[in-house]
Amino acid sequence: MLELKNLHAEVEGEGIEILKGVNLKVNKGEIHAIMGPNGSGKSTLAKVIAGHPEYEVTDGDIIYDGESILELDPDERAHAGVFLAFQYPVEVPGVTNTTLLRESYNTIAASRGREELDPLEFDDYIKEKLDLVEMNPDFLERSVNTGFSGGEKKRNEIFQMAVLQPTLSLLDETDSGLDIDALRIVSDGINKLHGEDDAVVLITHYQRLLNYIVPDYVHVMLGGKIVKSGGKELALELEEKGYDWLESLAKVNGEAK
Amino acid sequence: MSETKALESMIGEEYKYGFTTDVEYEDFPKGINEDVVRLISEKKNEPEWMTEFRLKAYRAWSEMEEPSWFNATYEKPKFDTLQYYSAPKNKPKLNSLDEVDPNIRETYEKLGIPLDEQKMLAGVAVDAVFDSVSIFTTFKEKLAEAGVIFCSISEAVQDHPELVKKYMGSVVPARDNFYAALNSAVFSDGSFCYVPKDTICPMELSTYFRINNMNSGQFERTLIIAEENSHVSYLEGCTAPMYDEHQLHAAVVELIALDNAEIKYSTIQNWYSGDEEGRGGIYNFVTKRGACRGENSKISWTQLETGSAVTLKYPSVILQGDNSVGEFFSVAVTNKKQQADTGTKMIHIGKNTKSTIISKGISAGRSDNSYRGQVKISKKADNARNYSQCDSMLIGQTCGAHTFPYIESANPTGKIEHEATTSRVGEDQIFYLQQRGISEDDAISLIVNGFCKEVLKELPMEFAVEANKLLGIKLEGSVG
Repeated sequence: MLELKNLHAEVEGEGIEILKGVNLKVNKGEIHAIMGPNGSGKSTLAKVIAGHPEYEVTDGDIIYDGESILELDPDERAHAGVFLAFQYPVEVPGVTNTTLLRESYNTIAASRGREELDPLEFDDYIKEKLDLVEMNPDFLERSVNTGFSGGEKKRNEIFQMAVLQPTLSLLDETDSGLDIDALRIVSDGINKLHGEDDAVVLITHYQRLLNYIVPDYVHVMLGGKIVKSGGKELALELEEKGYDWLESLAKVNGEAK
Repeated sequence: MSETKALESMIGEEYKYGFTTDVEYEDFPKGINEDVVRLISEKKNEPEWMTEFRLKAYRAWSEMEEPSWFNATYEKPKFDTLQYYSAPKNKPKLNSLDEVDPNIRETYEKLGIPLDEQKMLAGVAVDAVFDSVSIFTTFKEKLAEAGVIFCSISEAVQDHPELVKKYMGSVVPARDNFYAALNSAVFSDGSFCYVPKDTICPMELSTYFRINNMNSGQFERTLIIAEENSHVSYLEGCTAPMYDEHQLHAAVVELIALDNAEIKYSTIQNWYSGDEEGRGGIYNFVTKRGACRGENSKISWTQLETGSAVTLKYPSVILQGDNSVGEFFSVAVTNKKQQADTGTKMIHIGKNTKSTIISKGISAGRSDNSYRGQVKISKKADNARNYSQCDSMLIGQTCGAHTFPYIESANPTGKIEHEATTSRVGEDQIFYLQQRGISEDDAISLIVNGFCKEVLKELPMEFAVEANKLLGIKLEGSVG
């Protein structure tokens, strides 16, 4: 479903390379976790896949459903089924959650040949999804993320994921800022949404999320590269040893380039 | 292309109302002097008192200095080469729509304002002003049944002189300011509305102003009187063709609300704003003021200002009656090299008077957008309250937003609150919406509409769609 080939990216106009040759393959039905310390390039990776204009891909390719999506705008990537749950969800004052989601849903539906929903149908549809993340219906009429607590914002991202039904979900530190109850609710939601036909990429600092969402693969990112990949047991090893023991690995890889 | 550049290019969408109408005009001398003022009065067959009103105003004006205290720089209008009156030829008094010049009728059709009552929005009466004259007023009979007078100001001078004489100049005196004085001397036409006691006006009233002639100024005059226990909602719309030269539009609007009366006045202003380099466009120098004369009266101004090269406009309310209420809701959008210095004045005189100001400024391109507002609580105005909120939104890096609030309180029981924010439409906001599948155009439209929501909801329902569309036109375009 997703294949990153030797992906290099830098901050547009500044020439600072952040991704230094990332290789990754994600198949349908899989859950991958990408872990790594601050500044290793995890969040950048998610933004680059989603097409954030702040970054320029200087080498390599992003293959999604068999085709390169490098030339696609962020909205076109969203139409293709790519969803990014933001680390810092953005406030849009004056625009209600319902307004945004109906517009999103119908735009994506139109581009994928699915049926668009009128406001009444959409209302019914969206209310079903609320339960998934145990959200109060009041949320729907509030302005997008405006005045939301950190935890509410994160939950809202997963609610949007539930409504939009993406095929590739990139969840950028969705667990940070959540208390233990909220973490459980959000994790349960993600587990219910995940199925055979979609893939999830979790980006996280902490192993604790992986107690709730069990990944098929764990990758460690350091210095803009994936330096080690393994099964779910790798996360436990990281928890125990920290990232230091992998630093040398990153250097070796760096010189080998 | 960076997001910001894309943003800047997308708001440059072309002006859709820039066409001209081929019309034969009456001859009229250029420039201004007492003879010209007399000639205007004569053309309109006005009574002596009206001519005198004009002459007094002209004399006051000729001794006044053109003001320059606002936050805008522009080439001053050339008052001696301007044409102060411009009327299409062959305009006897029209009794039916069939007598309207087909070219002019077509113009209004193109602008989306069909004058044919069958085709119009149900529930909206229109007075169509073309250059200096009122062309046609729809639904006159229906309004007359309710006792509401809605006609051009010229007709009102002829048919209801006692009302015009009593109220004209009573809110905006002829010598109030430079442009009001000029208007009082040469005003050509505009709308007049009188709502009698205990009457709720059965439909929305609206005037559609169109400047067509290249060399003429437009000086319209609007007078609305709401008697005790009456209610009226009025909307004006404005467009003009694209010319390289600036055109002057200096209007005066006076509103009078008596006991328990309510006037809601909305404006959708979309005059031609000039090109990328600031060539052409309308100078929109307007004096609008309402007087809440009666107890418990209420005046609301709602404006959506998107056009004009330079806008200087401060719709105000004088809160004379006890418990009277003044409101000002404004969205001002500037782009390219437009300059807008706009806001309001709320003058509290009566006891327990209340005013609300919500101003939303959106600047893009190389434009400058200023809010200027005055809240004044006089000595006798016990328990007066004001709430002001001024929000600015910047699109791109080369525009400016400014806020100039003036607050004066001479009564210790007064309560004044002022809040202001400035935000920038950021890449992150647009990226967030795009990631949810929404195109860049729609994302900006959504963000801007959200920003203006509190004001847009104040517009009469019939025009809300038009307002949304206009914001769209102003802020959408091709993404490079």
